[in-house]
Amino acid sequence: MRRARTWLPGLLLVTPSIVLIGVFVYGMLGWNFRVAMTDQHDAVSEGRFVGLENFVEIWDLPRWHLSVNHAIMFTIVFVLGALVLGWLLAFLMEKGIRGEGTFRAIYLFPMAISFVATGIVWRWLMNSGTGERAVGLNRLFDWIGLPQWQWFRDPDWGMAAMAIPAVWQMSGYVMALFLAGFRGVPEELREAARVDGCGEWGVYRHVVLPLLRPVTLSALIILGHISLKVFDLIVAVSGKQIITDVPAVFMWVAVFDSNDPAKGATIASYIVLSVAVFVIPYLIWSVRKERRS
Amino acid sequence: MRRWLAAVSITMASVLALAACGGGGGGAGQPAQSPAASGGGKQQVEVFSWWTGPGEADGLQAMRKIFEEKNPNYTFFDAAVAGGSGDKAKALLQSKLQAGTPPDTFQGHAGAELQGYIKAGNLEDLTPLYDELKLKDVFPAQLIEQISVDGKIYSVPVNIHRSNVLWFNPSVLKDAGVAAAPKTIEEFIAALEKVKAKGKIPLSIGSEWTVTHLMESVLLGTLGADAYNALFKPGADWTGPQVTTALQNFAKIMEYVGDPQDDWQPAAKQVADGDAAFNIMGDWAYGYFHNPPEGGLGKTSKQDFDWAPSPGTEGTYLWLSDSFTLPKGAKNRDGAMAWLKVAASKEGQDAFNPLKGSIPARKDADQALYTDYLADALKDWSSDKLAGSIQHGVAVNQPWLAAINEAVGLYIGSKDVKALQQGLADAATANAQ
Repeated sequence: MRRARTWLPGLLLVTPSIVLIGVFVYGMLGWNFRVAMTDQHDAVSEGRFVGLENFVEIWDLPRWHLSVNHAIMFTIVFVLGALVLGWLLAFLMEKGIRGEGTFRAIYLFPMAISFVATGIVWRWLMNSGTGERAVGLNRLFDWIGLPQWQWFRDPDWGMAAMAIPAVWQMSGYVMALFLAGFRGVPEELREAARVDGCGEWGVYRHVVLPLLRPVTLSALIILGHISLKVFDLIVAVSGKQIITDVPAVFMWVAVFDSNDPAKGATIASYIVLSVAVFVIPYLIWSVRKERRS
Repeated sequence: MRRWLAAVSITMASVLALAACGGGGGGAGQPAQSPAASGGGKQQVEVFSWWTGPGEADGLQAMRKIFEEKNPNYTFFDAAVAGGSGDKAKALLQSKLQAGTPPDTFQGHAGAELQGYIKAGNLEDLTPLYDELKLKDVFPAQLIEQISVDGKIYSVPVNIHRSNVLWFNPSVLKDAGVAAAPKTIEEFIAALEKVKAKGKIPLSIGSEWTVTHLMESVLLGTLGADAYNALFKPGADWTGPQVTTALQNFAKIMEYVGDPQDDWQPAAKQVADGDAAFNIMGDWAYGYFHNPPEGGLGKTSKQDFDWAPSPGTEGTYLWLSDSFTLPKGAKNRDGAMAWLKVAASKEGQDAFNPLKGSIPARKDADQALYTDYLADALKDWSSDKLAGSIQHGVAVNQPWLAAINEAVGLYIGSKDVKALQQGLADAATANAQ
């Protein structure tokens, strides 16, 4: 009875959220996997269990390959772009420039905007008209003498262009993460390095950067899972066109246009699994770290 | 002990709150909450559509006026959802139907697009209404045939739009030395080449759905009405040499398209502005060209822009139609029937269509109301053969259309005609009924 007194109140307090998450997150996930393993390929049929058939067959679809390739290119450009730009901004801020608070707010503001609003503005900025019909960035490029291009309509590099608005939106957030990381490096360590004859670059290379590794990892995971699930930005910029197809858009079309719940659920499962590849090692790593300390 | 009590009470409160949420959700589904119950003796009729743009919303208001004059005990509840071609409206409608709370009547493209709803048992058979109003005599026989499913009709077409219209800029054509609108695919390709030599955009294009729209015109222009219509019958052959020729024509024409625009309007505007020579788009483009600014471009017809049936399709009307349905479980079924009667009537259609920029489905419309482009359309509608549009839901159902759009989208990237034909053939085998 006495022991129960110590853990039971805590358990009771978290029970509602455990129940809610159990039903609405894990229950729904389970249901999704169940639908993905049936042949319910229209809105009315019941669907029989077919195992992993859908998961295998989807690799026969040319569109699936296309959307996976698009997602990979988007992820690489977005994650690297946001990390590099965010790091650079934080590095500049860290030098203690005047009006730092203002700059920080300016760089962080884009994060307050939804991807849909960002997408609508960038759709205009990245309009593919060239020459006399150019608007947005192409018009600007024309003025300053840079070559114009098709942006997100470019058949090969379109998804790299699509990642630009996402980089614009999220690099301020990465900056905030890194800035906190920079500030978390004790001044004594830097001074010790300087005393030992380290140049300013050496201090960063050998002292600050290694200490930023956990921040970098968190940023990588946050950006990575946003990137693999990206939907709203793509739909706001280009709608459900094949040229910018990603798994989440394909899933939407499969469910609402093709009326194929099993196919949609299969794609959703793949999205969850791909995000899990990012998140689970991170969880294991952070649990281990907690135990160690 | 106090900590204990606090924990228990908070837990109880949250559980109760959860239960209350559940109860609230259930209550909303009950008919007691329906708007029909309020309104002081007058019963509400919820009419669901996607007509919110200039022209179309005015047309709906004109029909509403007639409805309320004829039915003083009903009030019209406009449940329109904005968004061209009903993309967003259809998603909302889907959730309303699944929740068992359908609107009293909803708009849908007549033809195969409604098949999903029919298969799911969402729609009532309207054949008795057709018999009562003798509608089979006033709508063209081919139209009745193309909207019937197993001998039953599930919707009342209000208007007719034409998909196979070639819009062109007369002065750009003159500069390029093209004497008249091309009548065959070969003439069309020759004309595109001439325009290209002058440095203008030969054929303007919008987002991917406008490419499917172009493809249906080229298919019809190459195959002719009968072979085109046969493609949508069960067991149709999409792999044959005729379709191959048609798709090769399509590929050839696609070599002349300009940079893709965001949607059909900017593509049409390139023709109106004299940047491009041709655009193949449905006749809703007429309102966009012709209407005064805000709703349109305020251009003069025959001078700034002109039209012809798309190459090779003269004598065939590639049609689509907006229609109203009667969902099963409509709260106000009588009100919905009264609305359908107005929508089917000569008076209702003649009030709606001149404003919307379309022609009535009925054969007995008042011709004086339809001028300029609409007069041409009305004349062709009464004499032409009919073929159903792909992109606009007449010939194919929604999953089939999604598969066709996918094949066309992949083609734009790969330029692989063989893969396109295979994709179209697979789409037909998977979806034809």
